Amino acid sequence: MTWNEQAAQAVIAPLVTEPGPVLICLQAIQEHFGYVPRESITLIARETNVSRADVYGVLTYYSDLRTDPIDRRTIQICVAEACQSVGARELWNESEHQLTDAHIEKVFCLGNCALGPAAMIGNDLIGRANIERLRAAL
Amino acid sequence: MITLYVPRDSAARSVGADDVTATLAEHLPDAQIIRPGSRGMLWLEPLVEVERDGVRHGYGPVADSDVAGLISALVDGADHPLSLGPIDDVDWMRRQQRLTFARVGVIDPLDPDSFVAHGGLDGLRAAIALSDQEILDAVRDSGLRGRGGAGFPAGRKWQTVADTPSDQRYVCVNADEGDSGTFADRMLMEGDPFTLLTGMAITGLAVDASHGYIYIRSEYPAAIEVMRQAIVIAVECGWLGPDVLGSGRPFTVDIRVGAGSYVCGEETAMLESLEGKRGMVRAKPPLPAITGLFGKPTVINNVLTTASVPFILAHGAAAYAAFGRDRSTGTCVYQLAGNVARGGIFETGFGLSARELIEDLGGGTRSGRPIRAVQIGGPLGAYLPVGKLDIAMDYESLAAGGAMLGHGGLVVFDDTVDMAEQARFAMEFCAEESCGKCTPCRIGSIRGVEVIDRIRHGVDSKGNTQVLIELCEVMRDGSLCAMGGLTPMPVLSALEHFPTDFQPQEQR
Repeated sequence: MTWNEQAAQAVIAPLVTEPGPVLICLQAIQEHFGYVPRESITLIARETNVSRADVYGVLTYYSDLRTDPIDRRTIQICVAEACQSVGARELWNESEHQLTDAHIEKVFCLGNCALGPAAMIGNDLIGRANIERLRAAL
Repeated sequence: MITLYVPRDSAARSVGADDVTATLAEHLPDAQIIRPGSRGMLWLEPLVEVERDGVRHGYGPVADSDVAGLISALVDGADHPLSLGPIDDVDWMRRQQRLTFARVGVIDPLDPDSFVAHGGLDGLRAAIALSDQEILDAVRDSGLRGRGGAGFPAGRKWQTVADTPSDQRYVCVNADEGDSGTFADRMLMEGDPFTLLTGMAITGLAVDASHGYIYIRSEYPAAIEVMRQAIVIAVECGWLGPDVLGSGRPFTVDIRVGAGSYVCGEETAMLESLEGKRGMVRAKPPLPAITGLFGKPTVINNVLTTASVPFILAHGAAAYAAFGRDRSTGTCVYQLAGNVARGGIFETGFGLSARELIEDLGGGTRSGRPIRAVQIGGPLGAYLPVGKLDIAMDYESLAAGGAMLGHGGLVVFDDTVDMAEQARFAMEFCAEESCGKCTPCRIGSIRGVEVIDRIRHGVDSKGNTQVLIELCEVMRDGSLCAMGGLTPMPVLSALEHFPTDFQPQEQR
């Protein structure tokens, strides 16, 4: 979705009066646009009365927040220890080579550590993941 | 009418519980299907239960293709190979002492009537009848310690917050459960959210705080959704809001969602993130109990710590302290994970050995190969070799054995694991997730990866091993928080117990 200042303003309007509003504003913007357009930095800075540098600092600190849109389906693959013990490294390598239509993201733990390897597409958690199950879910 | 139970827990759904539920509804259109949390026997998911004569019988793991053949067993009690018998008689369930998880897997998590019928509200009701100091005393006398990893006495923390003069105090629950191998916070939030909320309300009464936050990691969308709905229902029921259970005192709860930063599970980084800033660790002192969220006195407790409080108020400090051993009182929610045949949640008094958990309850590895190493307490915890698993899983015994309990997770590895690779990953993870405030953590972790690579490639292995040990000392002693301070634990324990893995491939 392309930048629309009025829409962005409406998204953050109910949040700017919350205590410590910068991060929740950025999250709401990303929820709405699918990413955080650069223009929102100035908007959030103005509406929450902090510097643009502060907003930029928060935006670039958190790995969930992205400044560019993703045009493919995103799949998150857990590469933390519990999933490593049941083949997450191999699954990661296979996915990178074979799921070329998807945007593949590394995550550290999805909380499904007894049924690994774990992956997530949207809000759907996938347990005992293998390349066939991931392909079917995409 | 027949009543069935199929978990709504995201672990159960990750292996097909939603499909099983839909197929059951097709075959048995008149059945009432309740979606509780999970019992925690995750290798049996999707686990279907049916109520017969007031007793719940289990079947699992049920694949979607099993459902058609299972119908007559569910309806008439006919024999079936997936039958587990009465669920409370299953060895795994029978051997537990479920206090915190008493209702998880049993009730519909968003049904307030079931919650009350199963004694869920007894803790908050008891707290209303007590003075603030009496609540503080009960928590102190229970010996409850922080379940997030540090093991700090909850009663002492609360007392500090209550004794610090302020016009505003806060209650923050840390649900940023980022440690690999741990999932108890998630399962509790998805399976019994009202217990967490009433635990927070009790905390609020004790320290005279009127507002609380739950900081939940974004990787837990199902938990976030359940908690949000639970807050709305709890306000409708009068358990939260301007007049908590008719006490005349207010307590409200908001949810804040994390944004993919592991270090925000550290309490001061979490406060920064709650304030909408970069999740950078703060120096202590000042303690958050005195100068916490927005500079106000703040109780910060883990989900499991907070969720243990209602039991203590309902049944008394002595009843809680009767569980566990020595200074590790109460129950621990152990989480069995990784390469384990039977993984899941096991709550019992502190003191079970790692071997009992992994071999006896867990049934060894999922792959069927020999166990080689177990990491206890998350990515910052020690790797123990199979010969050292007789250690008791409590705060003091683990510390004495050069390990730590952390959040109670155990990750099992079979004999295919390369422990130098695991040590390297610990440094890599630290480099990825360091907030960047302290040099030993920010730069040391990157140097750590490089040094381990040199050792593995046989470049002056002896000298570089010494460099690695010294680097770990600097990180341990020179970092503000556990991220840099404890990353040496998995690295050095791997080096100590598995030195041959650090040799170049051709020399092993």
